[in-house]
Parts: sequence; C-alpha cells; structure tokens
Amino acid sequence: MTAQPFHRSQGDMLTGRAAPVATVGVIGWLRANLFSSWFSTALTLLALYLLSLIVPALIDWAYVDADFAGDNRFACKSSGACWAWVDQRIDQFLYGRYTADQTWRVDLAVVLLIPALAPLLFEGVPFARQLRWFSLAYPAVATLLLVGGIGLESVPTDRFGGFMLNLTVGLAGIVLSLPVGILLALGRRSRLPVIRVLCIVFIEAVRGVPLITLLFVSNIILPTFLPPDVTLDSLIRVIVMVTAFASAYMAEVIRGGLQAIPRGQYEAAQALGLRYWQTMGLIVLPQALKISIPGIVNTFIGLFKDTTLVIIIAMFDILGIGNAMLAHPDWQGLSTEAYVFIALFFFVACFSMSRYSIHLEKRLDTERRD
Amino acid sequence: MADATPGAAPAAKPDAAGDPTQEYRRIITIEGLNKWFGSFHVLRDIDLTVERQEKIVICGPSGSGKSTLIRCINRLEDHQEGRIVIDGTELTHDLKNIDTIRREVGMVFQQFNLFPHLTVLENLCIAPIWVRKTPRDEAEALAHRYLERVKIPEQADKYPGQLSGGQQQRVAIARSLCMQPNIMLFDEPTSALDPEMIKEVLDVMVDLAESGMTMLVVTHEMGFASQVADRVIFMDQGQIVEQNTPSEFFNNPQSDRTRLFLSQILDK
Repeated sequence: MTAQPFHRSQGDMLTGRAAPVATVGVIGWLRANLFSSWFSTALTLLALYLLSLIVPALIDWAYVDADFAGDNRFACKSSGACWAWVDQRIDQFLYGRYTADQTWRVDLAVVLLIPALAPLLFEGVPFARQLRWFSLAYPAVATLLLVGGIGLESVPTDRFGGFMLNLTVGLAGIVLSLPVGILLALGRRSRLPVIRVLCIVFIEAVRGVPLITLLFVSNIILPTFLPPDVTLDSLIRVIVMVTAFASAYMAEVIRGGLQAIPRGQYEAAQALGLRYWQTMGLIVLPQALKISIPGIVNTFIGLFKDTTLVIIIAMFDILGIGNAMLAHPDWQGLSTEAYVFIALFFFVACFSMSRYSIHLEKRLDTERRD
Repeated sequence: MADATPGAAPAAKPDAAGDPTQEYRRIITIEGLNKWFGSFHVLRDIDLTVERQEKIVICGPSGSGKSTLIRCINRLEDHQEGRIVIDGTELTHDLKNIDTIRREVGMVFQQFNLFPHLTVLENLCIAPIWVRKTPRDEAEALAHRYLERVKIPEQADKYPGQLSGGQQQRVAIARSLCMQPNIMLFDEPTSALDPEMIKEVLDVMVDLAESGMTMLVVTHEMGFASQVADRVIFMDQGQIVEQNTPSEFFNNPQSDRTRLFLSQILDK
C-alpha cells in the first residue's frame, strides 16, 4: 500500500531549498521534454523542420491563396482552396433539411446544452444545484424544441440532417449508453444465472456484428416483423441501435474497471452493512468508473464518429450533406475543402471529449499525496 | 448493568441452558461449525461461545482457518454445517438476519480496506448515514468523536492515500466503531504494518478492550494477547486445538502442536 515510514534523522534538520532554476519553469520544461538527450534533440529539430514545411503551405492553401466568394466552383480562380460554397451551403451542413425558418430552435437547444452540461461536468459552477434539475429536464426540453409541440410547429424527424443530426444521435447515444453499459456490466457479473446469461448474450451478439448491420436490421428487417400499422420513427430506431452498440462496448470497458477493484472493498462495505446497490453505487462504481474513464471516453468518441453511418439508411448527416454537395455540378471536385471542413467539426467535438477526460482523471485522483 | 469483566472465563463451559443470566451473557454461540472451500475442509466441528465483553485472541499457523472462522461470524464466508447465533439472531441465508448481524458486528481487516475515493470523514460517515439512516450532521459529529478516540482528529479531510499505514488502520477501526457495534472482529490488524506503527494500532485496541467491547482478534501479537485477552484460542488444521487463559496458555500449553507453534513464534 502507500504506507511510508517516517524517517527521522537525529541532530540538525536541513531546511528545504528552492529547486535549481534549470529544472523548473519554461527552460526546465524544454529541457525535460524536448532536449533531454541527443536523440530527443534530434527528433525535436526534425519535427520543427517538418512543421516549417507543412504549416506555411497549409496557411497559404487555406487562407492566403483561397477564394471565399462566388456562385460556383468556376468563380474560384486562385491556386488555393475554394470556400465559396460555405456561405451558400452552411445551413445545410448544420441543419440538413430542417424547416428553414425554424432553425433557431436548433440553435437554442445547443445554447441550452451549456447550462445543462456545466453542472455535471465541472465543479464550482454557480447555482449548480438548481442547474442539475435543468440538466435532468434537458432531454425533454431539447426534444420539444427539435421535434415541436406545445405551440411549436412540428418538424418531422426525417428533415433532421447535417451536424445537428450527428449531435442529436451522438448525445442521445452517449447519455443512454453509459447507464445501460453499467447495468450490462453489473449483470454480466451477477450471481443470478438468468440475468448473467441474458447480459452475456446481448453483449456478445451486439459486439459481434458491425453497426451498419444493426442499422440495416432496424431499418429493413425489423418493420417486416412488426404489424403494418406500427411504425417506429427512424430517428428513434437509429438512437436505439447506436445506444445498443455502444453500450455493449461500454459494458466491457466498465467490467474491466470493476475487476480492478480489490475484493477487500466489497468486504469492507459488506462488513459495514451496506446492501448490494449501496455497495455498488457508493463504493465500487465510483472507483471502477474512474479507472474506466479512458475507455469510456474512447467509446464515446467512437460512437460520435459512427453517427456518420446513418447515411446508409438514407439519413443525411453532415458527411452525407457534404457528399450530396460534391455530386452537384456547381461544386464538383472540391472534396478536399468539404472533407477538411467536416473533419474540423468532428475534431473539435472529439478533441474536447479527450481533453475533458484528462481533466476529470486529474480531478478524481485521490491517490495523490500532499 | 454491573457486568464484571469475566476475568478468567473457563475454557470449556458446561451447558448453561436454563440459566437466564448465562443466556444473556452469551453474545456468540457457535455449534458444530463445518466449512469447506471446494473439497478442502477448512473448519472442522468448531464449538465456541463468547460472552459479552470477553476478549478472545485467536492464533495458529497460516491456513489453520482462524481468519475464516471470524469471517463466518459476519457472513463474509458462509458455512455449510452447524449453527452460528449472534446475540439471539441466527445466521442463515435470510438476508434480514445477515443485515441485522452486520450492523452489530464491526470488522477490521489486515489490508485496512479504506475507501480510497472518499475522505477520512466520508469513510466514517458512509455506513451510519446509509445503513443506520443517521442524519449527516449527527454522523459527522460521531465521526469526529471516534477520530478523537483513535487520536487522529486532524486527518478528517484527508484521503486514505495521504495517511501512513498505522493511521489508516486507526481510521479503519474508527470507521467500524461509528456503526456502534457490540462485537469487533480483528483479522490480523497489524500484519500489514511497518514495525514502528504496530504499537499505535495496538494502543487503540487496548483502549477499546478496556472500554468493555467484545473482541475477537486474530493476531500473532502475543504481548497484546497476554495484556488484554481473557482467553487465547489456538487453531490448527481447521480445529480448535486448545483454549485457555493467557497465562496458562503461554506457561503451560497442553498439546504438542501448541508448544511447537509457541516455540516458533516466540523465537522470532
């Protein structure tokens, strides 16, 4: 364990001194990370050389030599990128075919996401307690805003598209797959054979097929088994399938975390009289989830990127919209521009998740010593 | 309740049925206890009664079943044959009985088993709040009182990982005491400690013994045994080989196996 004897020397105690300048601050950091050995120094210089080749060329292409206005690709005359389409197509990239004069509802839902997520993600948020009630209500609020009802004009879900479709499917999948994954992981370790077998069958069956297959099943095969008058909204079907897929992976990630918790933790909780759900909720899961953060966020990121697969069941997410634009004679051949633009959206979303997970791991690290 | 400490509890008490005082004084009754791990017969025909406020030290070579025996008392292990009755409640598969008994029996482990994601104070409060439904402020007051008692009141807001082994074990003792148990089980509480920290933990245990707690302690600390135990039990190969008062046990061991064990352990 972390037990450490207190060594007490006899006689005079030495007082602490400041660390040498060369080991702290910017110079210390440079030394430790970039120039710690001749090999590291060589790699640093090589990396700097490569960056000097790439970065200026990239800036020239994307900005200095680029065109920003025009009605079609023929209006772009310079050697760099052609961004003329952005101004014309941005609404499609963001909202798909969402009713044009109602897109403010999507914007509002995204803005409201900030106060809904802040108290869950960060400490020290003002009014955190009240805001958590809002977090709880947010899924209903967002659904109302996006789909309509109570005085808001109804927008059918097949008009959803562009990046808002990626966000809707991604966020719903993330919010649902974590609790489902936790339950599956606990179920797989259950002592009750029926629950255990059901969980294993679900996890292995879902993990054993590609997500595309699941989406096809939900879209084509499932309706043939249902009575003809029963129709399931295709957006709901997608969310269910994406959630099922991610939660199977999530369950295995969390099971790994559960297995890392020593038996002694369960025994101490039991000896104190805590019941099963109390032991899990108060003692085991907080520790297991903390260990599993990298794997959980990995699954979230994978899920988010998989939302682009909805194109195979004829839903047009941001990638689908991009491909549709590239098929149009006005904008043919601009695939580099379109894909770089789309990639930026995904990079910002996924990199944020990655940074947040690092922040969370540091915040939850209670093994540190003073 | 003028309950004098039963100074020299007889090693084998004749059946005391019919005497209500005797019945009341018995807090643990174990009869014909047998347990197997798979095909390994780990506990064999254990009979043991413990009286209120009695302090019992259990020793024996490793693998003799001493830890398993006390883990059966709060059902961390289940037994296949025999009866275990704790303060009138029999341990069966009935979860209600198990809950009742666990609330009454505290346990301290060799590896401390503190909850590393909770502060010391939260470690102490979690069971009173969730199991006994004590209001948070009351639970915290109680926790501070017991931290005072194990002599680390200033560590309440630290995490277990920031404490020394001896401090962690004292927190673990305080955590059990916060449930205000009638019986305390100690499973080799000093075996994982660096030598210079053993005394601070034993001091707390001696203090607890003097306050009248019923204690079952699995340990090889023979100094502790002779200082506080009313009875020393020697186990080997799943059986109780010998039990006696400390002075008789150390000075006049009856069986060869006890003599061999004592010579090995006192040589060290």
